[in-house]
Amino acid sequence: MSSSDLTSERDLVPQATPKGDLAPERDGPRDTGLDDATLHRWLERTWRTKPGIIGALSSVDHKVVARRYLVTAFVFLCLGGLNAVAMRIQLSGPQRGLIGPDLYNQLFTMHGVTMMFLFAVPIVQATGIYLVPLMVGTRNIAFPRLNAFSYWIYVSGGIFAWASFALSMAPDVGWFAYVPLSGPEFGPGKRADVWAQMITYTEVSSLAVAVATIVTVFKQRAPGMSLDKIPLYVWAMLVTSFVVVFAMPAVMITSTFLILDRLVGTHIFNPAEGGDALLFQHLFWFFGHPEVYIIFLPATGMVSSIISAFARRPVFGHLGLVLSLIAVGFLSFGLWVHHMFATGLPKLGASFFTASSMLIAIPNGLQIFCWLATLSDGRPVIRTPLLFVFGFVFTFVIGGLTGVMVASVPLDLQVHDTYFVVAHFHYVLIGGSVFPLLGAAYFWLPKLTGRMMSERLGRWHFWMAFIGFNAAFFPMHLVGLWGMPRRVYTYPAELGWGNINLFITAGAAVFFLSFVLFTFNMLHGALRGAPAGNNPWDAGTLEWATTSPPPSYNFARIPVVTHAEPLWAEREALPVATGLRVDARELVISTVAEARPDIREKSATPSIWPLFAAIAVGATFLYSIFTPWAVVWGALPIAITLIGWFWPKGDPEDEE
Amino acid sequence: MKQRPAADLSALPTYGIGPRSPTWWGTLGFMALEGTGFALAAGAYLYLALSWPQWPLGAPRPNHWPGTIVTLLLIVSLVPNHMLNRYAEQCAIMPVRIGLVVMSLLGIAPLVVRWFEFPALNIYWDTNAYGSMLWVLLGLHTTHLITDVGDTIVLTVLMFTRHGNSGRRFGDVGDNVFYWDFVVASWIPIYLLIYWTPRLG
Ligand code: HEM
Ligand SMILES: [Cu+2]
Repeated sequence: MSSSDLTSERDLVPQATPKGDLAPERDGPRDTGLDDATLHRWLERTWRTKPGIIGALSSVDHKVVARRYLVTAFVFLCLGGLNAVAMRIQLSGPQRGLIGPDLYNQLFTMHGVTMMFLFAVPIVQATGIYLVPLMVGTRNIAFPRLNAFSYWIYVSGGIFAWASFALSMAPDVGWFAYVPLSGPEFGPGKRADVWAQMITYTEVSSLAVAVATIVTVFKQRAPGMSLDKIPLYVWAMLVTSFVVVFAMPAVMITSTFLILDRLVGTHIFNPAEGGDALLFQHLFWFFGHPEVYIIFLPATGMVSSIISAFARRPVFGHLGLVLSLIAVGFLSFGLWVHHMFATGLPKLGASFFTASSMLIAIPNGLQIFCWLATLSDGRPVIRTPLLFVFGFVFTFVIGGLTGVMVASVPLDLQVHDTYFVVAHFHYVLIGGSVFPLLGAAYFWLPKLTGRMMSERLGRWHFWMAFIGFNAAFFPMHLVGLWGMPRRVYTYPAELGWGNINLFITAGAAVFFLSFVLFTFNMLHGALRGAPAGNNPWDAGTLEWATTSPPPSYNFARIPVVTHAEPLWAEREALPVATGLRVDARELVISTVAEARPDIREKSATPSIWPLFAAIAVGATFLYSIFTPWAVVWGALPIAITLIGWFWPKGDPEDEE
Repeated sequence: MKQRPAADLSALPTYGIGPRSPTWWGTLGFMALEGTGFALAAGAYLYLALSWPQWPLGAPRPNHWPGTIVTLLLIVSLVPNHMLNRYAEQCAIMPVRIGLVVMSLLGIAPLVVRWFEFPALNIYWDTNAYGSMLWVLLGLHTTHLITDVGDTIVLTVLMFTRHGNSGRRFGDVGDNVFYWDFVVASWIPIYLLIYWTPRLG
């Protein structure tokens, strides 16, 4: 079938029948009884992203947006990785003169900011944007235009940070930009302003995605997918999105207060005028600790999916896992002060936060036991995704152990701001998030590309990554205990840290190369890999019910769910719902708890306005670094673009 | 994969209001995150107030009258707001149009008085941290107010066009009503914090 066939409208005559009551309901052709080919033509015509550059820029398809997010986040991972490699080369021997202190400060700040705000959070959200609508059996994410908008905000915020770096204007105050270092007195120039505005701006995108994800999970689940049948990955994304909603405002408030202090002379963080510098740390870590869980919880969801697919059975203790996800989400808000033990807080308060930091180990431990139980009960087939899951468990347990160590005040005071801490958080972040993400890449990329990645290269990749990672980061515990502080651009030879640092750098190089291999494997797989078919792993959740890659409308007919692993329960034929319109973007809205079908809702059509709105918002933020009046001047273009976005254009999706 | 029809959805309605509609949940989500922002800003104010024994740092008390008038106006506006909600539920286009005009005016009125609230704080944002926090709290809520009033005005215009008379639009009106409630509700604690906590000590 050629594409002109797809779009020809000869036999696709809509039959509108206005009813003429108060709020008129119009109607169009339904999918009931249509044969597969006709149905496909209708749906493709209705749901596709239009060809051409304008079409691409207007796309609101969650898969298209998610793909862009994934590619962009991967590029930022590589950039942040290059920062790290540069730092490691400088530190590979004592007193190397490659990089001076000023550039080094920018390097570790850019590395931290890029990894946390431009890679880790966006990539887990992007994975959710792609997978959640498929897994809950719907045709697009809720608020698709908001979702498209969030991508434009994210990518422009990232470009803004990196353009400042190219202009030697990058923030140099560490990824958490503590005052007074970043305040008006000690942070001259624009560097700290770049940090503040870039944070506020990119978190807008994160919040938008979180709201869209929550509503997708609450209201767009396929008929029958009651709460107990929601896949664990979707639960994980749901809890994560809630954590985002309650944590991200804290960092936006922090960065806004900071820029106000810097630009218009408020004194919020200025102790000389009744402000308080520690307030910055409280606000920042109220976000910063949950941030770790924003990165980690989705990873646990991925692990659950991978484990159940390869163990060939549903995850042991489904309910227990859901409850521990929720518990971790709640507890993550009670821990922030453990980042501030070195600030001289009252003793009782510190003990409380030590206790709660240990408490969170319980639900986390429970999850690990459920996974191990699932694996030992099933007959696991060891493929690359599962290898990365093993890597994750191993690494994360070490990171968790050192975490319990630094959660105790005396130990923390000893190793605070040393390489011990650097080692700890890379074990948690890379072990807890990057390894599961790599496993997820091998697991789900065949869905995106329609082709498999090489299993042999995958195994090489795993072992290189695992060995390189541990070689780079395990010795950091030791140099940390020997007293090497973090954020130093060099060290004297007499301290005898030279050899171990050279070893660390070698490990980092191996780890970096493993990503080169991964990139090759991805590209090779996407172009040359064996065709994947719908369900290459014979997994049980709905994303595997449709083709790889899925069509623009995801499912020709919305599945009806009877089981937590619908594809294992219904091996002969998937039960589906009929009766939706095919000439307008219709999807099913269901009730929150039981997912009873309730409304045939229209999903928004493509629009260029989210892009324009992002440009208007972005220009306002950029300009605000130079003058607070930007907020006033920016209001008009922002208002115009938002009106353009929401004003109905006469499509059935707008009107009915 | 083979499919077998198991449910017929053709009789479902094409829009729903309140918690049935996704937009309602989206609005709730945005309220949650904005509410968190407000709570944290208020928390920052209280944190500073409790850390400094001499709070409010020798500043004169704010004149509460403009703020009190804004509060009264906002509370009064809740009545037509909820009448508007009922008309929207009944899909009655003319009363909805009138209600929206009224709500636009009742949105502009507190904004006008708000203009006089800033000088009535009796302190500048750059005098000391107490002044900074007052301006920040008031500024946050003002941004909130401006965006929602702007939104209401655009929706009012929209309801007078041919796009107005559709179930989807009546749902939008309902969400606007819902959001206005939040604008009012979030103001009360901020009002108490700005004008009445300095009078406590
Ligand atoms: C190629 C792999 C990586 C290497 C070799 C690496 C190396 C480093 C090094 C050497 C530092 C300490 C710099 C210093 O204190 O002087 C650092 C800091 C940091 N890294 Fe990484 N890293 C890698 C990946 C990641 C990833 C994936 C993340 C997050 C998901 C991450 C997050 C951070 C953060 C937040 C900091 C603290 C920055 C600051 O001090 O402000 N890193 N990294
Ligand atoms: Cu923490």
